[in-house]
Amino acid sequence: MKTAVQIAESRKSSAMFAGRPHVLLERGWIAFRTSTWIPVVTGFIEPVLFLLAFGYGMGSLVGDVTTGNTTIDYTLFIAPGLLANSAMNGAIYDSTWNVFWKLNESKLYKTMLSTPLGPLDIALGEITWALIRGLVYSLGFLTVVTALGLTPSFWAILAIPAASLIAFGFASFGMAITSYFKTYQQMGFINIVLLPMTLFSGSLYPISVYPDWLEKIIMALPLWHGIELVRAFWFGNLTSGVFVHIAYFLVMIAVGLFVTSRRLRALFLR
Amino acid sequence: MSNPLISVRGLTKVFGDFTAVNGIDFDVAKGESFGLLGPNGAGKSTTMRILAATSTRTSGTVEILGKDPEQFGPLVRAHLGVVPQQDNLDNELTVTENLYIYGRYFGLSKKFIKNKIEELLEFAQLEEKRDVKVEALSGGMKRRLTIARGLVSEPDILLLDEPTTGLDPQARHILWDRLFRLKEQGVTLVLTTHFMDEAEQLCDRLVVMDKGSIMAEGSPAGLIKEYSSKEVLEVRFGSDRNKEVAPQLAQICERMETLPDRLLMYTEDGEQLLEQITAMKLHPTTSLVRRSSLEDVFLRLTGRTLIE
Repeated sequence: MKTAVQIAESRKSSAMFAGRPHVLLERGWIAFRTSTWIPVVTGFIEPVLFLLAFGYGMGSLVGDVTTGNTTIDYTLFIAPGLLANSAMNGAIYDSTWNVFWKLNESKLYKTMLSTPLGPLDIALGEITWALIRGLVYSLGFLTVVTALGLTPSFWAILAIPAASLIAFGFASFGMAITSYFKTYQQMGFINIVLLPMTLFSGSLYPISVYPDWLEKIIMALPLWHGIELVRAFWFGNLTSGVFVHIAYFLVMIAVGLFVTSRRLRALFLR
Repeated sequence: MSNPLISVRGLTKVFGDFTAVNGIDFDVAKGESFGLLGPNGAGKSTTMRILAATSTRTSGTVEILGKDPEQFGPLVRAHLGVVPQQDNLDNELTVTENLYIYGRYFGLSKKFIKNKIEELLEFAQLEEKRDVKVEALSGGMKRRLTIARGLVSEPDILLLDEPTTGLDPQARHILWDRLFRLKEQGVTLVLTTHFMDEAEQLCDRLVVMDKGSIMAEGSPAGLIKEYSSKEVLEVRFGSDRNKEVAPQLAQICERMETLPDRLLMYTEDGEQLLEQITAMKLHPTTSLVRRSSLEDVFLRLTGRTLIE
């Protein structure tokens, strides 16, 4: 049986990383098992309700939507957009509010950093946990959508890795931003950004309806890239734009991880 | 000291224009119980965080088992059990889950931790609370669990920051008993406290800190012998008269401290001194003869009381 010191010596662990982000997932799972399921269920239901209300409600007024040179049923049009949304919601929930709590109220990260764990273990572990939540949400949504017969091609299966990428990006970036917030009032900024982004990023209609300047702003935001990525796979519309969307999220993940681990170090190991 | 576990030289920590720790030196030997005694703001907790490899220093050297905590943070932390000033248990988890996951943070195997948990629950006298969420525990129980948690990795050194602050007397005594057992088992303890009775009970050796500097170092008994008399006579004449009679009384004892509410007279024989005062027809409203304590050492060294 190895002692804590032998383990630490064998890992050649650096000041930033002990090679154990998985223990964060273990902790997340133990806490999750006994916690209330209500916020999890509501988070999953939200995009389903959007799909039903807009798809079948608005859809009967709108009829078909033309995007590029294809014309499709409205419900079919919004399904991939809402899938991207649910991946984002799941990832954001854990990486912002839950992370804020663990940073400032329960001081969980501070406790973890008094053990041999490093800031990068915490960043990777927590972001992966948030990403799993985003992925579970989008898988649930995908199941509902498939049951409703709204998956047009076999390519839709690629929506799963796309959703993981989206969730990873938002989880990583969400945690990085949250690490700068000290009060609940500041946390309110996250909603101020998220709500308009959710409404305007083109999950419910093509952004070509906007004036040029607004279209450009939306195209700079991550959710639009997520929606376009899922939509491209959904309809088997694989253009070179897909690589731009993927690259966008890869950068987001890298920046988020870098900033988060640096911030944790600055906050608790100074 | 040959091969000390902890060696600190010229340790300084500056926050902006405030010097929290100002060039301190000390060593801690294996199996020793070492204390940092001083009032709030003396720099004890800052020193502890540097020893715990969770804070950087401005200058000086620190070695824990021969390693610099700043350079080998995770490795140094693997040697340590840390009990912080404020309980930071995982409130979302139960008692055993807290012990389990903390062991996992150290990379210990599930099997090892499962066996260890039984031993630690017994040590912390929490067998009957094993499946209770920690939120529901009393202050004393939380403290014992925090200490047990710090022991899950079988550390070489246990760092305790103000271990009994905020506990009622009964809970304090239970905790002292537990810490005394650890000491008997040969665990090296480093603790901070602003309670002189705690320092006297638990420490083999201690340093008295004030305003970031070490004022004195020694065993509790040795410090008392060096800096105070055998006995102390505390007399009160009422807040107005205290100052009035002070010059007169200062003549008849080795040393005197004038506090707002009472006079402390240092002497080898308190009863005899009290008789002398009565003979002088100065009638104190209350009087008390007691042994000198670390509180008196601190007063002598700094001119202030430990708890203000």
